[in-house]
Amino acid sequence: MSLPVRIATLVAAFVAVVAGGAFLVIHYLLGGPPVENFTAVSAGQVNVTMQEDPQNTVTSKPDWVSYFIKSPTTSQWVHTTLFKVPAGTRVNMTILGYDGCTPLRNPLWSQVTGTTGNVAYVNGKPVSLINSWSGCNVGHTFSIPGIGLNVPMATPPLTANLCSASPCTAGPHTVVKFSFVTPKVAGDYIWHCRVPCGGGFLDGFGGPMQTIGFMTGNMEVVS
Amino acid sequence: MAAAADSSPTASRRSEPNHGLRIFLIWLVVAVVADYLIWAVWGPHLPPGDMASAANGQQFDIKVMSVMAAPVVAFVLIYFGYALVVWRQREGDEEDGPALHGHTRIQATWITATSVIVLFLFAFGTYELTTAQGAGAGSGEGPSPIWKPNGVKPLQVQVIGQQWRFTYRYPQFGGFETTALMLPKGQWVEFHVTSLDVIHSFWAYQLGVKADANPGVDNVAFTKPTQTGQVTVRCAELCGLWHGAMFNYGHVVSPAAFASWAKSTQTQLVSVTKILPPYATTYDPTVIPNINKAMAKSGITGANGYYYPPQDPEQP
Repeated sequence: MSLPVRIATLVAAFVAVVAGGAFLVIHYLLGGPPVENFTAVSAGQVNVTMQEDPQNTVTSKPDWVSYFIKSPTTSQWVHTTLFKVPAGTRVNMTILGYDGCTPLRNPLWSQVTGTTGNVAYVNGKPVSLINSWSGCNVGHTFSIPGIGLNVPMATPPLTANLCSASPCTAGPHTVVKFSFVTPKVAGDYIWHCRVPCGGGFLDGFGGPMQTIGFMTGNMEVVS
Repeated sequence: MAAAADSSPTASRRSEPNHGLRIFLIWLVVAVVADYLIWAVWGPHLPPGDMASAANGQQFDIKVMSVMAAPVVAFVLIYFGYALVVWRQREGDEEDGPALHGHTRIQATWITATSVIVLFLFAFGTYELTTAQGAGAGSGEGPSPIWKPNGVKPLQVQVIGQQWRFTYRYPQFGGFETTALMLPKGQWVEFHVTSLDVIHSFWAYQLGVKADANPGVDNVAFTKPTQTGQVTVRCAELCGLWHGAMFNYGHVVSPAAFASWAKSTQTQLVSVTKILPPYATTYDPTVIPNINKAMAKSGITGANGYYYPPQDPEQP
């Protein structure tokens, strides 16, 4: 092999490695869902609104269930599960439940825990427990294990015609409200759904259950 | 003639010091010092500590193995160093070294010594597993444990792995289930480890317990906490996206504090305990008989209590 060919081969290999590294960084590290910023505190509290949908028609995985977050700046629904809140602050959550029911794998998660008063308000009524095994009435949960927060998401009636285009703007749904205080320690707190709602995957725990931007994400607490 | 005789290989060998004795003496001093340091200084700090019987047994085993391994390692390093210093090729020395011949006594000694060490460790390890104090050395023994503590009634704690949290059920206290692991000091604990979804592994580090959590399997492990304090529990089996976040902290408390905690928690969780499935050593999470009734009440039939049946997975 002549010297110019050797040099060309070396340069090509170097460029390929650098390009591959750049692709990995851009695609996997910088290409995730956007982070919605709720750090603008009003009267010592912030309001976060989300919805969970029976499908996801805004991505290449239309049959995957998904959460959406309402942008605090544009009031548009954004397909993400990443949000940022200030430390030591009361967060008032509102979650619109558009998806149908799937029983919890472990009914222990029927309890509301970690919220203010260990209570959530479903369509205005206070509840501390929703038994998904006695009636098919829980679709998902919103759980932040790091702060012991768990809220089962009540569903519309079993026979309701669910919204078919996401983000949902109309159709039968529940309104679940609860509040909690963010930790005083800054950091990333993962949250996820505990209902095996990855329909079509083995035991319902694949697909959207394992993908950030769908049924799991991060709550970034900043000081 | 005399000068020629003095420079012959025979005369040279005659003037050689006793290298074997030198190496042995150096090795003996180093091995004794190393073993003392391992046993008395390093030993008490070896993992996983001595907070429970299983942990203490593991620490003792590691100490014994280290004490046996140190002389072997010392011998290899000393021989290597001695050879480098004493037998190195000096300037102007271009003579070949002496021919090597087999030495039956050395070979027999080597084979005998290493065989004795290996057989001793085999017997020692087996003994440690089978003693009442060892009781399986904190490992999962499956649903029918061979080694268990004799003549005692252990506290039963069911460990349920699920993505991505361990929960704990106490069948001797009404079967309540909680995310908190609380154990009494001085009482044998019988862990029943299982899973509701994928494979996890219950690793209670300071208790010296590590047992696989497999769906449909009751994996039993024993330990006896001997000190109060905090216990780190981690999942030791890659189990999905948030495997790294699947940990919590348990606590070993006094028997009185445990009794008080168990009683108050049983009362506090009575409403959720009512809706848990009856206590069983394993659970089939894909079958929920009651869901049929709920579906039927709403006019939907055919679910047969199953959801996401195993015959219908979509593999990604």
